[in-house]
Amino acid sequence: MTATRVGLLAGALVLLTVPLWVPGDYYVSVCSQILIYAIFALGVDVLIGYGGLVSLGHAGLFGIASYAVAYMLAAGIGHIAAVVIALVLALVGTALFAALSLRVTGIGFIMITLALGELLWGLAYRWISVTNGDNGISVANRPAPFGISLNPPAHFYYATLVVFALSVFATWVFIGSPLGASLKGTRDQPRRMNALGYHVWLIRFYACMFSGLLTGIAGILFVYYTQFISPQTLTLTASAEPVLMVISGGSGTLLGPIVGAALVEIVKNIASAYITRWNMLLGAIFVAIVIFMPEGLVPGSRRLVRALLKACAKAPAAAAAEPNSGEPTP
Amino acid sequence: MNLWLLLAVNSITFGGLLFLLSAGFSLIFGLMRIPNLTHGSMFMLGAYVGASMVMTFHLPFWIGAVVAALTVAVFGGLIERLLLRRLAGAEQAQVLVTLGISLIVADFCLMVWTGDPISVATPPGLVGGVRFVGVFFPTYRIAIILIACVIGALLWGLLDRTRLGAMIRAGVDDPQMARVVGIRVSRLFTIVFCLGAAIAGFGGVMGAPILSVYPGLDNDMLPLALVVVILGGTGSLLGSLVGSFVIGFIYNYGQALFPELAYFVLFLPMVVVLVLRPQGLFGKQAP
Repeated sequence: MTATRVGLLAGALVLLTVPLWVPGDYYVSVCSQILIYAIFALGVDVLIGYGGLVSLGHAGLFGIASYAVAYMLAAGIGHIAAVVIALVLALVGTALFAALSLRVTGIGFIMITLALGELLWGLAYRWISVTNGDNGISVANRPAPFGISLNPPAHFYYATLVVFALSVFATWVFIGSPLGASLKGTRDQPRRMNALGYHVWLIRFYACMFSGLLTGIAGILFVYYTQFISPQTLTLTASAEPVLMVISGGSGTLLGPIVGAALVEIVKNIASAYITRWNMLLGAIFVAIVIFMPEGLVPGSRRLVRALLKACAKAPAAAAAEPNSGEPTP
Repeated sequence: MNLWLLLAVNSITFGGLLFLLSAGFSLIFGLMRIPNLTHGSMFMLGAYVGASMVMTFHLPFWIGAVVAALTVAVFGGLIERLLLRRLAGAEQAQVLVTLGISLIVADFCLMVWTGDPISVATPPGLVGGVRFVGVFFPTYRIAIILIACVIGALLWGLLDRTRLGAMIRAGVDDPQMARVVGIRVSRLFTIVFCLGAAIAGFGGVMGAPILSVYPGLDNDMLPLALVVVILGGTGSLLGSLVGSFVIGFIYNYGQALFPELAYFVLFLPMVVVLVLRPQGLFGKQAP
């Protein structure tokens, strides 16, 4: 328990001081992007890790929120109203999305969410009178809550960090709640849960709604971050990204999606400056993770550390002399 | 009136291409329960290899197409043997690894064939068209329709009339029971995966003179394969045939009639089918 607390404290300290030690505004912005995608990935993880439902269409929900904000701001509606309406629209979209895709589970769910995501992409791409097609919609300015402008990267970073902390906390509460426990039950034993009198469909539906809420929040942050939205944000690749983040980091953990988001965003934004074929690198990383740590980076590292500790305990003489017994950290 | 007929020809052609794409996808999905998200990449890889064979090495079109199909089959077989085999039943790992491979393939194609679209010349002998009741039918499109029908018939014959086909059908229906009666289901997996990959790669070459070959072709085709399979039902050859032509028609007429909502119209029948019949039109069990 204490180790978890120390880790949490260290993590919070690192995140709080990012603008102080990160070299340059560009990297502060990359950190904001990591946090935005971490929120998105957390939303997807609620379904993948705790509900056992892999969605490949979440970029569509993300896009609903983003487009709603951009469209309303362009129409001259204020920031607060735009954000609230965007969240409501994202939730309505999620409800429809869930109603259609929850008719099946497993691989069927993957395929239906993928097709629904593509449907939303098709709307964004072709419904030019609303979405402006491939040209996208620009957002003129970021909001200024309490009179503080969010235009400087550090300010935006802190605003994102607050939302991120709230999202992680909300997810932690959700997972620990009786609803979260029953969601895990529907993942492992849907039939028994049904026999015990739980409404499996409804539990999954609530999980989808919570996931959609986090996704919508991430979508709103994203459109304020890039100040631009185009159909690119809704493509299949964009839907696959959070799923890859969750699975590579470790589904069913709170830390996994955050680690996965950091991994993918770092390769995308930082490694891409040095390596032209960064997409190939990313693909290779995913394949390597599947081969060496099929459970994901966070649980995999935990297993590795535990195995190392056990090996050290088995050879006490060696362990006493071993200076780096607990060295590899997740 | 002529516009409608022309659209109909295009729809059937596109349906034929979709059938080549989705037949393998449906079989792989039906037998192995693997969401093979590299299927679009296989279509694209086949198209690129075929384009190189025809445009750079000046091989005859059909030989180029066969070489491309074989290349993609080998590629598919390697993926199945080396990676997917270890991941039986681990759906999340399958998604991760197939998406990872499709990223690698997309980037590989970008590296080798650059970002410029490649247009492949229509094979000589199939250039031009025939005039029938006052309508001009491009010969190549008719050839695609015929080839799709032939491959469909061959696949049907393989699945319905041979011992191998009977074993595959047994594997689709009940893999555990098939193992019990002594069928080597793991070997069937490899065969079906290679076969599906080969047809997809061949389809890529067939589509190249019409669609041209460009980066992003994989992500354009994969959702279409999914829609066809959801519509027609997984593991059913007839399902993917019917689904392909339905989607081919909706795609072409939708773009002509409601250009703004073309994709929306494309995915709508899928939604309707899901609501009324989740296992698809010809599927046996829910996906």
